[in-house]
Amino acid sequence: MVQPLPDRLRETASQTAGPYVHIGLIPHQAGFDIFETTFSNVLVTPATRGERIRIEGRVFDGADEPVRDVLVEIWQANAAGRYNHPADRQQAKPIDESFRGWGRTGSDFETGIWQFETIKPGPVDGRKGHRPMAPHISLWIAARGINIGLQTRLYFADEADANAADPVLNLIEQRSRRETLLARREERDVPTYVLDIRLQGPQETVFFDV
Amino acid sequence: MSEPDRDVSQGEALDREFLQRDRGLHPPPLTPDYKTSVLRSPHRALISLQSSLSEVTGPVFGHGELGPLDNDLIRNYARDGEPIGERILVHGLVRDENGRGVPHTLVEFWQANAGGRYRHRNDRYLAPIDPNFGGCGRALTDAQGYYYFRTIKPGPYPWRNFLNSWRPAHIHFSVFGSGFAQRLITQMYFEGDPLIWRDPMVLGIPDRAAAERLIAPLDLAAALPLDMLAYRFDIVLRGRQQTLFENKLQGN
Ligand SMILES: [Fe+3]
Repeated sequence: MVQPLPDRLRETASQTAGPYVHIGLIPHQAGFDIFETTFSNVLVTPATRGERIRIEGRVFDGADEPVRDVLVEIWQANAAGRYNHPADRQQAKPIDESFRGWGRTGSDFETGIWQFETIKPGPVDGRKGHRPMAPHISLWIAARGINIGLQTRLYFADEADANAADPVLNLIEQRSRRETLLARREERDVPTYVLDIRLQGPQETVFFDV
Repeated sequence: MSEPDRDVSQGEALDREFLQRDRGLHPPPLTPDYKTSVLRSPHRALISLQSSLSEVTGPVFGHGELGPLDNDLIRNYARDGEPIGERILVHGLVRDENGRGVPHTLVEFWQANAGGRYRHRNDRYLAPIDPNFGGCGRALTDAQGYYYFRTIKPGPYPWRNFLNSWRPAHIHFSVFGSGFAQRLITQMYFEGDPLIWRDPMVLGIPDRAAAERLIAPLDLAAALPLDMLAYRFDIVLRGRQQTLFENKLQGN
């Protein structure tokens, strides 16, 4: 016998967000208005610094159908590459008070398309001893049928050099799988980066255990 | 403070790293008895990442963003009266696995009404919409990690899984924590509900004790006499690495 380790608490079990996730998190999409302020897919105000971009995509299930009831949240650094959070002490980079860096939306009930209006983030310091992380946006996906939220990242296909040196992309052994995280740029009314996410199949998106 | 904040972003990220998530506490992506998971579950192994700044940081919310009735589901959608059903208080602590309260974090909740019907364009269940009940609310935890809200006890409802599938009464919860890697959505169930252990979502949790922790006990001590019953639901988010080295670095 050995001494038992001192107890610690255990994380609460995840459960699916269910088909009615909109009620709680994006009530206007459920079809009603209840809060004075609601969270949205627009991360920018006129004061926000950086290049205005849209990011857009769909989430496909194993039958190649778009998931029309998915919740997507994003988290990103500002244009200088700094997070608006006390744990980010990259002193050389300014905080942008007009940019929280977080947004949420639901996919369209008809088309399955989700979109965010944001700015392109700057590169962020990597872990000690690693190179900087290429500009990227963290995505978190929840929906009916998804038992625990899925974490992935959106990288920008037009940042080839930074992507090639990115310490996270380089962890993905199969090079072809890295491409599942690259959003392609399309010139529209607002420059738009498009990233489709595939839950299953030969092009299954890389998801992270963070 | 022993040293000025020079290039400490790395060290900061390092001593705030999260403990690896114990996936044995959570339902796996594929739980065939919950049929929708079959086509929505990734098949490939997740890529394990050590915490970087992108994971130890996360959105910060302020009291100014919430309205005074946001944590009162009895009143926050009332039009010409109060909603029908059992009045209850739901309250608890949000802590991390290290036992520390998670202060000032956003907790959001949504639920069906007393008849088991959601105010949602896609819910066609024959139980009626309650004109005075929206079914959602939110709160920020206090400095100790405590939250509470007032609501109507939700009813069970049928769903298309097996032909005779019924969800136990439940409230959906969304919680943030301080880093984006702590993000969690879960469901709270009610002590004594006979539907709990017939539910594929509950039964998908491989660890029986973890599933039991989703069941809120009746908390008679917190009930308001002649007004409402209370249920207690504590939530635990992922903890952080704690090392002697870290304590020394922080000088405590
Ligand atoms: Fe539900």
